[in-house]
Amino acid sequence: MSNEEKKLSPKQRSRRNFLGQSLTAAGAAIAAPSLLNSCQNKTADSASNDLVEGETMIRLKINGEFQKLNVEPRVTLLDALREQLGLTGSKKGCDHGQCGACTVIIDGERVYSCLTLAVMQEDKEITTIEGLATEDNLHPVQMAFLDNDGFQCGYCTPGQICASVALLDEIKNGSVSYVTPDLTSPPELASLSETEIKERMSGNLCRCSAYNGIVAAVQQAAGQTPPSPAASIENQQVEEVS
Amino acid sequence: MKNFAYVRPNSVEDAVSRATSDRDALFIAGGTNLVDRLKVFLDEPSQLLDVSRLAMKQIATTNEGGLKIGALVTNTALANNIDVRNNYPLLSRAILAGASQQIRNMATVGGNLMQRTRCPYYYDTAFPCNKRQPDTGCPAATGINRIHAILGSSDRCVAVNPSDMSVAMVALDATLEVQGVEGKREIPFVDFHRLPGNTPERDTNLEPGELITAVILPPVSFAQSGVYLKLRDRASYAFALVSVATALEVSGEQIKNARIALGGVAHKPWRATEAEEFLIGKAANKSNFEQAAEIALKDAQALAHNGFKIELSKRAIRRALAVSAQGGGEA
Repeated sequence: MSNEEKKLSPKQRSRRNFLGQSLTAAGAAIAAPSLLNSCQNKTADSASNDLVEGETMIRLKINGEFQKLNVEPRVTLLDALREQLGLTGSKKGCDHGQCGACTVIIDGERVYSCLTLAVMQEDKEITTIEGLATEDNLHPVQMAFLDNDGFQCGYCTPGQICASVALLDEIKNGSVSYVTPDLTSPPELASLSETEIKERMSGNLCRCSAYNGIVAAVQQAAGQTPPSPAASIENQQVEEVS
Repeated sequence: MKNFAYVRPNSVEDAVSRATSDRDALFIAGGTNLVDRLKVFLDEPSQLLDVSRLAMKQIATTNEGGLKIGALVTNTALANNIDVRNNYPLLSRAILAGASQQIRNMATVGGNLMQRTRCPYYYDTAFPCNKRQPDTGCPAATGINRIHAILGSSDRCVAVNPSDMSVAMVALDATLEVQGVEGKREIPFVDFHRLPGNTPERDTNLEPGELITAVILPPVSFAQSGVYLKLRDRASYAFALVSVATALEVSGEQIKNARIALGGVAHKPWRATEAEEFLIGKAANKSNFEQAAEIALKDAQALAHNGFKIELSKRAIRRALAVSAQGGGEA
């Protein structure tokens, strides 16, 4: 079965009279311009033109490649990625913007893919965890998570990594945070403190509580020398004894 | 969520006209609150009017020396804007205290001001709620109400407004610019959000179909003394139990001007005007700050589980004022 066949349920495959239905059901203005654009733009993928009532065809640029897909307006970007495009790296943790497991990068900024609609993301550059590594090499942040045990079960890890990649760019762009002491002097990569990293990563929860490793991974990716995981365990033991 | 039609209006006028002719339509921009509400069936719009691509993304200096902030400026862009960091640091800090980086990247100024309460009874459609469905009752008043209002509530609703940005905006005497089919009008920020009274279903004084287009900040000469102190159940990424925005103009030993606003305590961002007036002409010292805090909370009423908020608010005001008196910064 091709990817495309997997995407569509039997019910969806059987309903081919999209244009008339959707335009009458949704009103003439609804998504019509984007629909026509999408139809005119032939893309490399093999998405069929079958659409069901209420669906619209959109074109998303994901990890550098254009993908055509048919979605109802209510479909979140996360569901479109996972259920339609088979990009299951972005995780559905809470589905309410509280856990960060669905974090992706859109136009260079990290966002929660569960809190945005796929139809709203046309013409944007979307990067998911699947788009970070090159064919032969992991992204430096992925390596840093491996080197520093930045996970246990791994479920939150794609979101943590996407968030960290964007975080490093934010620092390069001079962004401030709630814990930046002087708002006119944002931290640099070399001076990015643990407090800053924790505040800036607070939108990604780790139920295994691998936070020490996650902070260390960000430190390494920022070009700092993180403490070894063993060092943090030794410190804990000293604290418990004292 | 229920399905809806999706439209990208091609101008503010187009958006407003569509929203006026279809009262079941909703605007969407960042979507961080609305998409979540759609998922739990709190909103069931006929159509979503996606205004996110309209041109309201500028931050411009006004003739008066203040700032005009387009409604589609993201929280992140506003908090990091150099003029805001330099001249309105308490607005930067208030925004950065809210939500997470991901949400701030998505969220817009207009949307932030329109976000609705996180009262768990409002959110859970299995419960009655006067805000969600008028005249069905308020289970929060007699239920678990630790996060609820201590000021300005009514027997119909004890919910609080969750916005950090709004607390800073009200402290800075901002003005909203909104557009309806009849044209533009301005609303003083302090009059934008409503107390619940008998109509808790209405959060703001926006008329049906109207769209927020900009927020205007007047120049505030002493805004650099601004402080935003947020107290919550965890250090980051949580709504305020209590938050305080303050700014002070001190000349010699005497207070010339004071701003005090509270978040997390009422149905709207709460400006403590009487406490501000008390401070004018007084010395910037601990005793006067204590009295100002007492005045700000004198009408506070505790529910079963939120009595701690009264004392917490007083202490937060005292601390924030003390930092403002030292010239501002981190509280």
